[in-house]
Amino acid sequence: MNFWTDPLKMAADWLTGLLTGWGMPEGVAVGLAAFLGIFVLIAILMVIDIFLVWLERKVVARFQDRIGPNRLGPFGLIQPFADIVKLLIKEDITPANADKVVYNLAPILSMMSVLILWAIVPLAPQILGIDLNVAALYIIATGAIGTLSIIMAGWSSNNKFALLGAFRQVAVMVSFEIPMVASLLIPTVLAGSMGMNKIIEAQNIWFVVLSPLGALIFMIAAIAELGRSPFDMGEAESELISGYNVEYSGMKFGMFYAGELLHAFTFGGFWGILFFGGYSFFGLEDVSPFLAIPILLTKAVIGYWIIMWVKYTMMRIRIDHMLAFNWKFLTPLSFVLLMVTALVHVLFKDTSPWLYGLSMLGSNLILGWVVIEFLRRFSRAEREKLEGHAKPAMEAAGH
Amino acid sequence: MHNEWLYVAFFFVVGLIIPVGAIGVALILGPKKPNPVKQETYECGLETVGDSWVQFKAQYYIFALVFLIFDVETVFLFPWAVKLGQLGLFAVVEGIIFITILVVGLVYTWRKGMLEWA
Repeated sequence: MNFWTDPLKMAADWLTGLLTGWGMPEGVAVGLAAFLGIFVLIAILMVIDIFLVWLERKVVARFQDRIGPNRLGPFGLIQPFADIVKLLIKEDITPANADKVVYNLAPILSMMSVLILWAIVPLAPQILGIDLNVAALYIIATGAIGTLSIIMAGWSSNNKFALLGAFRQVAVMVSFEIPMVASLLIPTVLAGSMGMNKIIEAQNIWFVVLSPLGALIFMIAAIAELGRSPFDMGEAESELISGYNVEYSGMKFGMFYAGELLHAFTFGGFWGILFFGGYSFFGLEDVSPFLAIPILLTKAVIGYWIIMWVKYTMMRIRIDHMLAFNWKFLTPLSFVLLMVTALVHVLFKDTSPWLYGLSMLGSNLILGWVVIEFLRRFSRAEREKLEGHAKPAMEAAGH
Repeated sequence: MHNEWLYVAFFFVVGLIIPVGAIGVALILGPKKPNPVKQETYECGLETVGDSWVQFKAQYYIFALVFLIFDVETVFLFPWAVKLGQLGLFAVVEGIIFITILVVGLVYTWRKGMLEWA
Protein backbone atom coordinates (compact mmCIF):
# COMPACT_ATOMS: atom_id res chain seq x y z
CA MET A 1 0.00 0.00 0.00
CA ASN A 2 1.37 3.39 -0.94
CA PHE A 3 0.10 6.88 -1.64
CA TRP A 4 -0.59 6.07 -5.29
CA THR A 5 -2.99 3.20 -4.58
CA ASP A 6 -4.76 4.33 -1.41
CA PRO A 7 -4.18 8.01 -0.61
CA LEU A 8 -7.20 8.39 1.67
CA LYS A 9 -6.15 5.63 4.06
CA MET A 10 -2.58 6.94 4.10
CA ALA A 11 -3.77 10.44 4.97
CA ALA A 12 -6.20 9.15 7.60
CA ASP A 13 -3.56 6.92 9.22
CA TRP A 14 -1.03 9.76 9.24
CA LEU A 15 -3.52 12.16 10.78
CA THR A 16 -4.79 9.75 13.48
CA GLY A 17 -1.16 8.83 14.24
CA LEU A 18 -0.32 12.49 14.66
CA LEU A 19 -3.35 13.16 16.86
CA THR A 20 -2.88 10.12 19.10
CA GLY A 21 0.78 11.16 19.37
CA TRP A 22 -0.46 14.37 20.95
CA GLY A 23 -2.23 12.32 23.60
CA MET A 24 -5.70 12.20 22.09
CA PRO A 25 -7.83 9.07 22.65
CA GLU A 26 -7.94 6.72 19.63
CA GLY A 27 -11.69 7.03 18.99
CA VAL A 28 -11.72 10.82 19.12
CA ALA A 29 -8.72 11.00 16.78
CA VAL A 30 -10.42 8.74 14.19
CA GLY A 31 -13.60 10.76 14.47
CA LEU A 32 -11.75 14.06 14.06
CA ALA A 33 -9.86 12.73 11.01
CA ALA A 34 -13.15 11.62 9.45
CA PHE A 35 -14.68 15.02 10.20
CA LEU A 36 -11.77 16.79 8.52
CA GLY A 37 -12.00 14.45 5.52
CA ILE A 38 -15.70 15.21 5.12
CA PHE A 39 -14.97 18.93 5.43
CA VAL A 40 -12.35 18.73 2.68
CA LEU A 41 -14.71 16.73 0.42
CA ILE A 42 -17.51 19.26 0.84
CA ALA A 43 -15.10 22.18 0.34
CA ILE A 44 -13.96 20.60 -2.94
CA LEU A 45 -17.63 20.17 -3.90
CA MET A 46 -18.23 23.87 -3.32
CA VAL A 47 -15.30 24.71 -5.59
CA ILE A 48 -16.74 22.37 -8.25
CA ASP A 49 -20.05 24.14 -7.72
CA ILE A 50 -18.42 27.50 -8.50
CA PHE A 51 -17.18 26.14 -11.81
CA LEU A 52 -20.59 24.60 -12.52
CA VAL A 53 -21.99 28.16 -12.57
CA TRP A 54 -19.44 29.02 -15.25
CA LEU A 55 -20.15 25.79 -17.15
CA GLU A 56 -23.90 26.34 -17.04
CA ARG A 57 -23.59 29.90 -18.33
CA LYS A 58 -21.17 28.89 -21.04
CA VAL A 59 -23.31 25.98 -22.24
CA VAL A 60 -26.59 27.92 -22.23
CA ALA A 61 -24.83 30.61 -24.23
CA ARG A 62 -23.78 28.07 -26.84
CA PHE A 63 -27.30 26.62 -27.01
CA GLN A 64 -28.66 30.12 -27.61
CA ASP A 65 -25.95 31.01 -30.15
CA ARG A 66 -24.15 33.43 -27.84
CA ILE A 67 -20.60 33.43 -26.44
CA GLY A 68 -21.29 33.63 -22.72
CA PRO A 69 -18.90 35.01 -20.09
CA ASN A 70 -15.55 35.76 -21.78
CA ARG A 71 -14.19 38.95 -20.21
CA LEU A 72 -12.76 37.97 -16.83
CA GLY A 73 -9.80 35.66 -17.18
CA PRO A 74 -9.29 33.04 -19.91
CA PHE A 75 -12.71 31.93 -21.28
CA GLY A 76 -14.35 33.97 -18.50
CA LEU A 77 -13.21 31.49 -15.85
CA ILE A 78 -12.92 34.21 -13.17
CA GLN A 79 -16.53 35.28 -13.75
CA PRO A 80 -18.14 32.94 -11.15
CA PHE A 81 -15.77 34.29 -8.46
CA ALA A 82 -16.89 37.82 -9.32
CA ASP A 83 -20.49 36.58 -9.02
CA ILE A 84 -19.78 35.22 -5.56
CA VAL A 85 -18.19 38.48 -4.40
CA LYS A 86 -21.27 40.28 -5.68
CA LEU A 87 -23.59 37.90 -3.80
CA LEU A 88 -21.54 38.30 -0.61
CA ILE A 89 -21.77 42.10 -0.52
CA LYS A 90 -25.51 42.24 -1.28
CA GLU A 91 -27.84 43.37 1.47
CA ASP A 92 -29.57 40.55 3.31
CA ILE A 93 -33.28 41.39 3.02
CA THR A 94 -35.96 39.56 4.98
CA PRO A 95 -39.48 40.70 4.02
CA ALA A 96 -41.39 42.21 6.92
CA ASN A 97 -44.33 39.82 6.46
CA ALA A 98 -42.24 36.66 6.22
CA ASP A 99 -42.01 33.94 8.85
CA LYS A 100 -38.42 34.77 9.77
CA VAL A 101 -37.19 31.46 11.20
CA VAL A 102 -38.54 29.25 8.42
CA TYR A 103 -37.57 31.82 5.78
CA ASN A 104 -33.93 31.77 6.85
CA LEU A 105 -33.80 28.01 7.35
CA ALA A 106 -35.05 27.08 3.86
CA PRO A 107 -31.93 27.98 1.77
CA ILE A 108 -29.69 26.26 4.31
CA LEU A 109 -31.73 23.05 4.09
CA SER A 110 -31.79 23.29 0.30
CA MET A 111 -27.99 23.32 0.14
CA MET A 112 -27.65 20.68 2.86
CA SER A 113 -29.96 18.22 1.10
CA VAL A 114 -27.52 18.21 -1.83
CA LEU A 115 -24.28 18.09 0.16
CA ILE A 116 -25.31 15.11 2.27
CA LEU A 117 -26.06 13.14 -0.91
CA TRP A 118 -22.29 12.92 -1.40
CA ALA A 119 -22.00 10.81 1.73
CA ILE A 120 -22.79 7.73 -0.34
CA VAL A 121 -21.04 8.58 -3.61
CA PRO A 122 -18.18 6.15 -4.22
CA LEU A 123 -15.40 8.22 -5.80
CA ALA A 124 -13.05 5.27 -6.24
CA PRO A 125 -12.97 1.63 -5.07
CA GLN A 126 -11.13 2.69 -1.91
CA ILE A 127 -12.51 6.21 -1.55
CA LEU A 128 -16.14 6.31 -0.64
CA GLY A 129 -17.77 8.42 1.98
CA ILE A 130 -19.82 5.73 3.62
CA ASP A 131 -20.71 2.34 2.16
CA LEU A 132 -24.30 2.36 3.45
CA ASN A 133 -26.19 -0.84 2.74
CA VAL A 134 -29.38 1.22 2.26
CA ALA A 135 -27.87 3.82 -0.09
CA ALA A 136 -30.78 3.70 -2.55
CA LEU A 137 -33.21 4.60 0.22
CA TYR A 138 -30.81 7.32 1.38
CA ILE A 139 -31.12 9.04 -2.03
CA ILE A 140 -34.91 9.11 -1.66
CA ALA A 141 -34.69 10.33 1.94
CA THR A 142 -32.39 13.26 1.17
CA GLY A 143 -34.62 14.15 -1.77
CA ALA A 144 -37.43 14.60 0.76
CA ILE A 145 -35.35 17.25 2.59
CA GLY A 146 -35.04 19.17 -0.69
CA THR A 147 -38.82 19.01 -1.14
CA LEU A 148 -39.26 20.25 2.43
CA SER A 149 -36.94 23.21 1.84
CA ILE A 150 -38.98 24.30 -1.19
CA ILE A 151 -42.34 24.21 0.57
CA MET A 152 -40.71 26.03 3.52
CA ALA A 153 -39.37 28.76 1.23
CA GLY A 154 -42.67 29.19 -0.59
CA TRP A 155 -44.84 29.22 2.50
CA SER A 156 -42.69 31.41 4.73
CA SER A 157 -42.12 34.11 2.08
CA ASN A 158 -45.77 35.17 2.45
CA ASN A 159 -45.90 35.92 -1.25
CA LYS A 160 -48.60 34.56 -3.55
CA PHE A 161 -46.20 33.82 -6.39
CA ALA A 162 -43.85 31.99 -4.08
CA LEU A 163 -46.69 29.97 -2.59
CA LEU A 164 -48.04 28.99 -6.01
CA GLY A 165 -44.57 28.02 -7.22
CA ALA A 166 -43.84 25.98 -4.14
CA PHE A 167 -47.14 24.08 -4.34
CA ARG A 168 -46.57 23.21 -7.98
CA GLN A 169 -42.97 22.26 -7.45
CA VAL A 170 -43.76 20.02 -4.50
CA ALA A 171 -46.63 18.35 -6.38
CA VAL A 172 -44.23 17.56 -9.20
CA MET A 173 -41.44 16.42 -6.91
CA VAL A 174 -43.53 14.03 -4.84
CA SER A 175 -45.25 12.66 -7.94
CA PHE A 176 -42.03 11.89 -9.79
CA GLU A 177 -40.55 10.30 -6.72
CA ILE A 178 -42.62 7.17 -7.47
CA PRO A 179 -41.02 6.42 -10.88
CA MET A 180 -37.69 7.36 -9.34
CA VAL A 181 -38.09 4.76 -6.58
CA ALA A 182 -39.18 2.18 -9.15
CA SER A 183 -36.19 2.91 -11.39
CA LEU A 184 -33.86 2.76 -8.36
CA LEU A 185 -35.26 -0.71 -7.70
CA ILE A 186 -34.00 -1.93 -11.08
CA PRO A 187 -30.24 -1.63 -10.33
CA THR A 188 -31.07 -3.01 -6.89
CA VAL A 189 -32.64 -6.10 -8.45
CA LEU A 190 -29.80 -6.51 -10.96
CA ALA A 191 -27.01 -6.09 -8.40
CA GLY A 192 -28.80 -7.73 -5.47
CA SER A 193 -27.78 -4.87 -3.19
CA MET A 194 -28.69 -1.29 -2.34
CA GLY A 195 -25.05 -0.29 -1.67
CA MET A 196 -23.53 1.99 -4.31
CA ASN A 197 -20.19 0.18 -4.31
CA LYS A 198 -21.84 -3.22 -4.78
CA ILE A 199 -23.97 -1.85 -7.62
CA ILE A 200 -20.82 -0.62 -9.38
CA GLU A 201 -18.99 -3.90 -8.80
CA ALA A 202 -21.94 -5.85 -10.23
CA GLN A 203 -21.74 -3.95 -13.51
CA ASN A 204 -19.65 -6.28 -15.63
CA ILE A 205 -22.10 -5.17 -18.28
CA TRP A 206 -23.30 -1.62 -17.73
CA PHE A 207 -26.87 -1.64 -16.46
CA VAL A 208 -27.83 0.78 -19.21
CA VAL A 209 -27.32 -2.10 -21.65
CA LEU A 210 -29.44 -4.43 -19.51
CA SER A 211 -32.13 -1.88 -18.79
CA PRO A 212 -32.10 1.15 -21.13
CA LEU A 213 -35.72 1.89 -20.24
CA GLY A 214 -34.84 2.02 -16.54
CA ALA A 215 -32.03 4.49 -17.22
CA LEU A 216 -34.41 6.67 -19.23
CA ILE A 217 -37.08 6.66 -16.51
CA PHE A 218 -34.46 7.51 -13.87
CA MET A 219 -33.26 10.46 -15.94
CA ILE A 220 -36.77 11.83 -16.49
CA ALA A 221 -37.62 11.43 -12.80
CA ALA A 222 -34.30 13.04 -11.80
CA ILE A 223 -34.94 16.09 -14.00
CA ALA A 224 -38.40 16.45 -12.44
CA GLU A 225 -36.90 16.04 -8.98
CA LEU A 226 -34.45 18.84 -9.77
CA GLY A 227 -37.28 21.06 -10.92
CA ARG A 228 -35.47 21.90 -14.15
CA SER A 229 -37.11 22.60 -17.47
CA PRO A 230 -39.32 21.03 -18.88
CA PHE A 231 -40.47 20.42 -15.30
CA ASP A 232 -39.66 23.89 -13.93
CA MET A 233 -43.22 24.74 -12.87
CA GLY A 234 -41.92 25.91 -9.51
CA GLU A 235 -39.77 28.64 -10.99
CA ALA A 236 -41.60 29.43 -14.23
CA GLU A 237 -39.94 32.83 -14.54
CA SER A 238 -42.32 34.00 -17.28
CA GLU A 239 -45.44 33.55 -15.15
CA LEU A 240 -44.36 33.36 -11.49
CA ILE A 241 -41.35 35.74 -11.70
CA SER A 242 -39.11 33.23 -9.95
CA GLY A 243 -41.53 31.00 -8.07
CA TYR A 244 -40.66 29.74 -4.64
CA ASN A 245 -37.45 31.81 -4.31
CA VAL A 246 -38.87 35.14 -5.50
CA GLU A 247 -38.39 36.82 -2.10
CA TYR A 248 -34.80 35.65 -1.71
CA SER A 249 -31.81 37.78 -2.57
CA GLY A 250 -28.07 37.83 -2.00
CA MET A 251 -26.41 34.75 -0.59
CA LYS A 252 -29.71 33.12 0.37
CA PHE A 253 -30.73 33.09 -3.28
CA GLY A 254 -27.19 31.96 -4.05
CA MET A 255 -27.71 28.91 -1.88
CA PHE A 256 -30.83 27.92 -3.83
CA TYR A 257 -29.06 28.53 -7.12
CA ALA A 258 -25.83 26.74 -6.21
CA GLY A 259 -27.85 23.93 -4.62
CA GLU A 260 -29.81 23.42 -7.82
CA LEU A 261 -26.67 23.28 -9.98
CA LEU A 262 -24.86 20.91 -7.64
CA HIS A 263 -28.02 18.79 -7.41
CA ALA A 264 -28.09 18.45 -11.19
CA PHE A 265 -24.40 17.52 -11.22
CA THR A 266 -24.96 15.01 -8.39
CA PHE A 267 -27.83 13.33 -10.21
CA GLY A 268 -25.68 13.20 -13.34
CA GLY A 269 -23.19 11.37 -11.13
CA PHE A 270 -25.84 8.99 -9.76
CA TRP A 271 -26.97 8.27 -13.29
CA GLY A 272 -23.39 7.34 -14.06
CA ILE A 273 -23.07 5.23 -10.91
CA LEU A 274 -26.36 3.35 -11.25
CA PHE A 275 -26.39 2.72 -15.00
CA PHE A 276 -22.96 3.53 -16.47
CA GLY A 277 -20.57 1.71 -14.16
CA GLY A 278 -19.60 4.63 -11.92
CA TYR A 279 -15.84 4.86 -11.50
CA SER A 280 -15.14 1.69 -13.50
CA PHE A 281 -13.82 2.00 -17.04
CA PHE A 282 -12.13 -1.08 -18.53
CA GLY A 283 -10.17 -1.83 -15.36
CA LEU A 284 -8.51 1.60 -15.20
CA GLU A 285 -10.06 2.20 -11.78
CA ASP A 286 -7.97 -0.56 -10.20
CA VAL A 287 -4.72 1.16 -11.18
CA SER A 288 -5.16 4.17 -8.97
CA PRO A 289 -7.90 6.27 -7.39
CA PHE A 290 -6.28 9.22 -9.16
CA LEU A 291 -7.66 7.68 -12.36
CA ALA A 292 -10.97 6.50 -10.89
CA ILE A 293 -12.07 9.91 -9.59
CA PRO A 294 -11.68 11.70 -12.97
CA ILE A 295 -13.60 8.84 -14.63
CA LEU A 296 -16.53 9.29 -12.24
CA LEU A 297 -16.45 13.08 -12.55
CA THR A 298 -16.37 12.81 -16.35
CA LYS A 299 -19.45 10.60 -16.27
CA ALA A 300 -21.13 13.06 -13.89
CA VAL A 301 -20.36 15.99 -16.22
CA ILE A 302 -21.75 14.03 -19.19
CA GLY A 303 -24.94 13.34 -17.20
CA TYR A 304 -25.09 17.01 -16.20
CA TRP A 305 -24.63 18.04 -19.81
CA ILE A 306 -27.59 15.85 -20.84
CA ILE A 307 -29.71 17.49 -18.14
CA MET A 308 -28.69 20.91 -19.50
CA TRP A 309 -29.34 19.76 -23.06
CA VAL A 310 -32.90 18.79 -22.14
CA LYS A 311 -33.38 22.00 -20.18
CA TYR A 312 -32.45 24.31 -23.02
CA THR A 313 -34.24 22.30 -25.71
CA MET A 314 -37.66 21.53 -24.22
CA MET A 315 -40.40 24.00 -23.40
CA ARG A 316 -42.23 24.06 -20.10
CA ILE A 317 -45.20 21.68 -19.75
CA ARG A 318 -48.45 22.64 -18.06
CA ILE A 319 -48.86 21.27 -14.54
CA ASP A 320 -51.91 19.08 -15.23
CA HIS A 321 -50.21 17.57 -18.27
CA MET A 322 -47.09 16.97 -16.24
CA LEU A 323 -48.90 15.19 -13.41
CA ALA A 324 -51.00 13.20 -15.89
CA PHE A 325 -47.79 12.18 -17.68
CA ASN A 326 -46.44 10.90 -14.38
CA TRP A 327 -49.45 9.17 -12.88
CA LYS A 328 -51.07 7.80 -16.03
CA PHE A 329 -47.94 6.92 -17.98
CA LEU A 330 -44.60 6.90 -16.17
CA THR A 331 -45.74 5.27 -12.91
CA PRO A 332 -47.56 2.29 -14.51
CA LEU A 333 -44.71 1.88 -17.00
CA SER A 334 -42.03 1.86 -14.31
CA PHE A 335 -43.92 -0.76 -12.27
CA VAL A 336 -44.45 -2.99 -15.32
CA LEU A 337 -40.75 -2.61 -16.12
CA LEU A 338 -39.88 -3.59 -12.55
CA MET A 339 -42.02 -6.75 -12.76
CA VAL A 340 -40.54 -7.73 -16.13
CA THR A 341 -36.99 -7.09 -14.89
CA ALA A 342 -37.53 -9.19 -11.76
CA LEU A 343 -39.03 -12.05 -13.77
CA VAL A 344 -36.28 -12.08 -16.42
CA HIS A 345 -33.60 -11.73 -13.75
CA VAL A 346 -34.76 -14.80 -11.84
CA LEU A 347 -35.46 -16.91 -14.93
CA PHE A 348 -32.18 -16.23 -16.76
CA LYS A 349 -29.59 -15.33 -14.14
CA ASP A 350 -28.15 -18.86 -13.94
CA THR A 351 -27.87 -19.24 -17.71
CA SER A 352 -25.02 -17.85 -19.78
CA PRO A 353 -24.25 -14.10 -19.50
CA TRP A 354 -24.99 -13.66 -23.18
CA LEU A 355 -28.48 -15.14 -22.91
CA TYR A 356 -29.11 -13.15 -19.72
CA GLY A 357 -28.00 -9.87 -21.28
CA LEU A 358 -29.89 -10.43 -24.51
CA SER A 359 -33.14 -11.43 -22.80
CA MET A 360 -32.90 -8.42 -20.46
CA LEU A 361 -32.20 -6.02 -23.33
CA GLY A 362 -34.83 -7.70 -25.50
CA SER A 363 -37.56 -7.48 -22.86
CA ASN A 364 -36.75 -3.77 -22.37
CA LEU A 365 -36.86 -3.04 -26.08
CA ILE A 366 -40.12 -4.98 -26.58
CA LEU A 367 -41.72 -3.14 -23.65
CA GLY A 368 -40.53 0.21 -25.00
CA TRP A 369 -41.86 -0.59 -28.47
CA VAL A 370 -45.25 -1.73 -27.12
CA VAL A 371 -45.56 1.46 -25.07
CA ILE A 372 -44.69 3.72 -27.99
CA GLU A 373 -47.08 1.85 -30.29
CA PHE A 374 -49.85 2.09 -27.67
CA LEU A 375 -49.25 5.84 -27.26
CA ARG A 376 -49.33 6.34 -31.01
CA ARG A 377 -52.65 4.50 -31.37
CA PHE A 378 -54.12 6.34 -28.39
CA SER A 379 -53.09 9.81 -29.58
CA ARG A 380 -54.34 9.06 -33.09
CA ALA A 381 -57.73 8.03 -31.68
CA GLU A 382 -57.83 11.19 -29.56
CA ARG A 383 -56.95 13.37 -32.54
CA GLU A 384 -59.62 11.75 -34.70
CA LYS A 385 -62.16 12.31 -31.94
CA LEU A 386 -61.28 16.02 -31.93
CA GLU A 387 -60.97 16.61 -35.66
CA GLY A 388 -63.66 14.26 -36.87
CA HIS A 389 -62.38 11.72 -39.36
CA ALA A 390 -60.55 14.33 -41.38
CA LYS A 391 -57.97 13.15 -43.84
CA PRO A 392 -54.38 13.65 -42.78
CA ALA A 393 -52.87 16.87 -44.15
CA MET A 394 -50.37 15.10 -46.41
CA GLU A 395 -53.07 13.13 -48.16
CA ALA A 396 -55.35 16.13 -48.56
CA ALA A 397 -52.53 18.15 -50.11
CA GLY A 398 -51.86 15.37 -52.63
CA HIS A 399 -55.32 15.49 -54.16
CA MET B 1 -22.30 -0.34 11.56
CA HIS B 2 -23.04 2.40 14.10
CA ASN B 3 -19.86 4.14 13.00
CA GLU B 4 -21.37 4.57 9.51
CA TRP B 5 -24.34 6.48 10.84
CA LEU B 6 -21.98 8.62 12.92
CA TYR B 7 -20.27 9.64 9.67
CA VAL B 8 -23.69 10.42 8.16
CA ALA B 9 -24.25 12.70 11.15
CA PHE B 10 -20.89 14.37 10.41
CA PHE B 11 -22.08 14.99 6.86
CA PHE B 12 -25.24 16.61 8.22
CA VAL B 13 -23.18 18.85 10.51
CA VAL B 14 -20.71 19.92 7.80
CA GLY B 15 -23.59 20.28 5.32
CA LEU B 16 -25.17 22.75 7.74
CA ILE B 17 -21.94 24.60 8.60
CA ILE B 18 -21.07 25.47 4.97
CA PRO B 19 -24.34 27.23 3.97
CA VAL B 20 -24.68 28.85 7.41
CA GLY B 21 -21.12 30.13 7.06
CA ALA B 22 -21.74 31.50 3.56
CA ILE B 23 -24.92 33.29 4.60
CA GLY B 24 -23.21 34.50 7.80
CA VAL B 25 -20.31 36.04 5.86
CA ALA B 26 -22.78 37.73 3.52
CA LEU B 27 -24.61 39.08 6.58
CA ILE B 28 -21.40 40.63 7.91
CA LEU B 29 -20.13 42.03 4.59
CA GLY B 30 -23.40 43.32 3.17
CA PRO B 31 -24.87 46.76 3.89
CA LYS B 32 -27.79 47.06 6.31
CA LYS B 33 -30.18 49.79 5.26
CA PRO B 34 -33.68 48.44 5.81
CA ASN B 35 -36.72 50.56 5.05
CA PRO B 36 -40.44 49.70 4.94
CA VAL B 37 -40.72 49.88 1.16
CA LYS B 38 -37.77 47.56 0.64
CA GLN B 39 -39.20 44.97 2.98
CA GLU B 40 -42.60 44.83 1.35
CA THR B 41 -43.78 41.70 -0.39
CA TYR B 42 -42.41 41.72 -3.94
CA GLU B 43 -45.12 41.61 -6.58
CA CYS B 44 -43.49 43.53 -9.43
CA GLY B 45 -44.30 46.92 -7.93
CA LEU B 46 -47.94 46.34 -7.05
CA GLU B 47 -49.05 46.46 -3.45
CA THR B 48 -50.05 43.04 -2.22
CA VAL B 49 -53.72 42.46 -1.45
CA GLY B 50 -54.83 40.15 1.35
CA ASP B 51 -52.98 37.38 3.09
CA SER B 52 -50.95 34.69 1.33
CA TRP B 53 -51.47 32.10 4.06
CA VAL B 54 -54.79 30.86 2.77
CA GLN B 55 -56.39 27.50 2.22
CA PHE B 56 -55.39 26.41 -1.24
CA LYS B 57 -56.49 24.09 -4.03
CA ALA B 58 -57.41 20.69 -2.60
CA GLN B 59 -56.05 18.84 -5.64
CA TYR B 60 -52.50 19.19 -4.34
CA TYR B 61 -53.56 17.44 -1.15
CA ILE B 62 -55.04 14.53 -3.09
CA PHE B 63 -51.85 14.07 -5.08
CA ALA B 64 -49.88 14.12 -1.85
CA LEU B 65 -52.21 11.45 -0.45
CA VAL B 66 -51.78 9.17 -3.50
CA PHE B 67 -48.03 9.70 -3.29
CA LEU B 68 -47.99 8.75 0.39
CA ILE B 69 -49.67 5.40 -0.26
CA PHE B 70 -47.25 4.56 -3.05
CA ASP B 71 -44.18 5.75 -1.20
CA VAL B 72 -44.89 3.68 1.88
CA GLU B 73 -45.60 0.60 -0.20
CA THR B 74 -42.53 0.91 -2.41
CA VAL B 75 -40.34 0.88 0.69
CA PHE B 76 -41.50 -2.73 1.18
CA LEU B 77 -40.20 -3.53 -2.31
CA PHE B 78 -36.57 -2.72 -1.48
CA PRO B 79 -35.89 -5.74 0.76
CA TRP B 80 -37.67 -7.90 -1.83
CA ALA B 81 -35.46 -6.52 -4.61
CA VAL B 82 -32.25 -7.11 -2.63
CA LYS B 83 -32.99 -10.74 -1.81
CA LEU B 84 -34.63 -11.58 -5.13
CA GLY B 85 -31.67 -13.58 -6.40
CA GLN B 86 -31.72 -15.98 -3.45
CA LEU B 87 -35.49 -16.30 -3.10
CA GLY B 88 -36.19 -17.37 -6.68
CA LEU B 89 -39.35 -17.61 -8.73
CA PHE B 90 -41.78 -17.82 -5.80
CA ALA B 91 -40.68 -14.41 -4.51
CA VAL B 92 -41.04 -12.94 -8.00
CA VAL B 93 -44.64 -14.15 -8.24
CA GLU B 94 -45.37 -12.75 -4.79
CA GLY B 95 -43.74 -9.44 -5.72
CA ILE B 96 -45.77 -9.26 -8.93
CA ILE B 97 -48.98 -9.83 -6.94
CA PHE B 98 -47.94 -7.07 -4.52
CA ILE B 99 -47.19 -4.61 -7.33
CA THR B 100 -50.46 -5.57 -9.05
CA ILE B 101 -52.35 -4.60 -5.88
CA LEU B 102 -50.51 -1.25 -5.99
CA VAL B 103 -51.45 -0.75 -9.63
CA VAL B 104 -55.08 -1.67 -8.91
CA GLY B 105 -55.05 1.11 -6.31
CA LEU B 106 -53.75 3.48 -8.98
CA VAL B 107 -56.44 2.36 -11.43
CA TYR B 108 -59.10 2.92 -8.74
CA THR B 109 -57.81 6.46 -8.14
CA TRP B 110 -57.78 7.04 -11.87
CA ARG B 111 -61.36 5.75 -12.38
CA LYS B 112 -62.55 7.91 -9.49
CA GLY B 113 -61.28 10.93 -11.43
CA MET B 114 -58.81 11.93 -8.75
CA LEU B 115 -55.95 12.25 -11.24
CA GLU B 116 -57.81 14.86 -13.30
CA TRP B 117 -56.84 18.47 -12.67
CA ALA B 118 -60.32 19.84 -11.95
